[in-house]
Amino acid sequence: MALLAVLLAAGGLLVTSALRDTVTYYRTPAELLDDPDLAGHRVRLGGDVVPGSLRHDGDLVRFRLAAAGREIAVEQRGAPPETFREGTGAVVEGTLSSDGVFRSDHVVVRHGNEYRPSSPPVAPVDAR
Amino acid sequence: MQASTVDLVADTASAAAARRTMAWIAGGLAAAATAAGAWLAPPDELQGDAQRLMYVHVPAAWVAYAAFAVVLMASGAYLIGGDLRWDRFARAAAELGVVLTAAAIATGSVWGHLVWGTWWAWDPRLVSTALLLLAYAGYLALRRALAERTGARDGGDHRVAKPAAVVGVAGFLLVPVVHFSVVWWRSLHQQATMLAPHRPPIDARMATALLLAVAAATLAACCVLLHRVVRMERRLAPEPAPTAERTPVRVG
Repeated sequence: MALLAVLLAAGGLLVTSALRDTVTYYRTPAELLDDPDLAGHRVRLGGDVVPGSLRHDGDLVRFRLAAAGREIAVEQRGAPPETFREGTGAVVEGTLSSDGVFRSDHVVVRHGNEYRPSSPPVAPVDAR
Repeated sequence: MQASTVDLVADTASAAAARRTMAWIAGGLAAAATAAGAWLAPPDELQGDAQRLMYVHVPAAWVAYAAFAVVLMASGAYLIGGDLRWDRFARAAAELGVVLTAAAIATGSVWGHLVWGTWWAWDPRLVSTALLLLAYAGYLALRRALAERTGARDGGDHRVAKPAAVVGVAGFLLVPVVHFSVVWWRSLHQQATMLAPHRPPIDARMATALLLAVAAATLAACCVLLHRVVRMERRLAPEPAPTAERTPVRVG
């Protein structure tokens, strides 16, 4: 039983330390802009793709990510997933340069928990 | 409740018939869920047809939670009453839960690849689910190790059952962590829809398909659980079971 307790304690420590690295999956634009220590470090930045900001420029994809009224211009190298579009959430991985542009090489789409048909239904109803 | 549970795991022809009936109902529900998920429900506005993976992913995760709840209750019942039958329930439910957690991770990975654009992310929900899988795989490994060390038969010996029950109760602590990880922490994984306090909009046909799939998976899991416990008891019985009995139908 003592061995078991030690194993459980070690497991618990592992769990908490593993979760500490992962609990904040991404930073918001406000957190990144207000924390100068984060500039130049590789971080994940999350927000909504600002409608009208998306430009394809050869291999580069430019857009702005916004959350809670703050936004950051992003230059993403490499094609985003097919579900990537204006108005939906996205998380990019890269660094905030000194010119205020976030340069990323990885982008994932963050979608909500709402599900709607692609063509409007005859009578939109909420599931009860 | 107690009486019907005992009846259903009895190794008799009538109990086997009852289990077969359950399996047929589960099969019918699964057929209805497949039809609803594949044809009745429309593709999602943002995610397209990839969203249909929800009708597999969510039931797998939900029934895995339920299986771990059975491990918790059966382990508790064993610790209180000392009946080894509850220990066998705990083991069978843990096996089921591990398989379903792995299925939830696999289907979630494909869904993530199609919609998020990544197979895996170091996100609180994904990491905690992987830990849940490890914890219960560890539980099963512990049972096996104890059985081998003591020479006891797994499912029929208190030397295995007692430590396993303690771990079986403790392991359940991870389930709320997994479920609420998307609420407590900032994650890539979306929050719950059907179990959300203020339910966000979901198309009625999608909700129907999802609920049918969850019902089918829950009942099918009950069938597998009962079948597994009966098989375990047959193997542990000193005398071989009478050959006249029919083997219950296996449900996938």
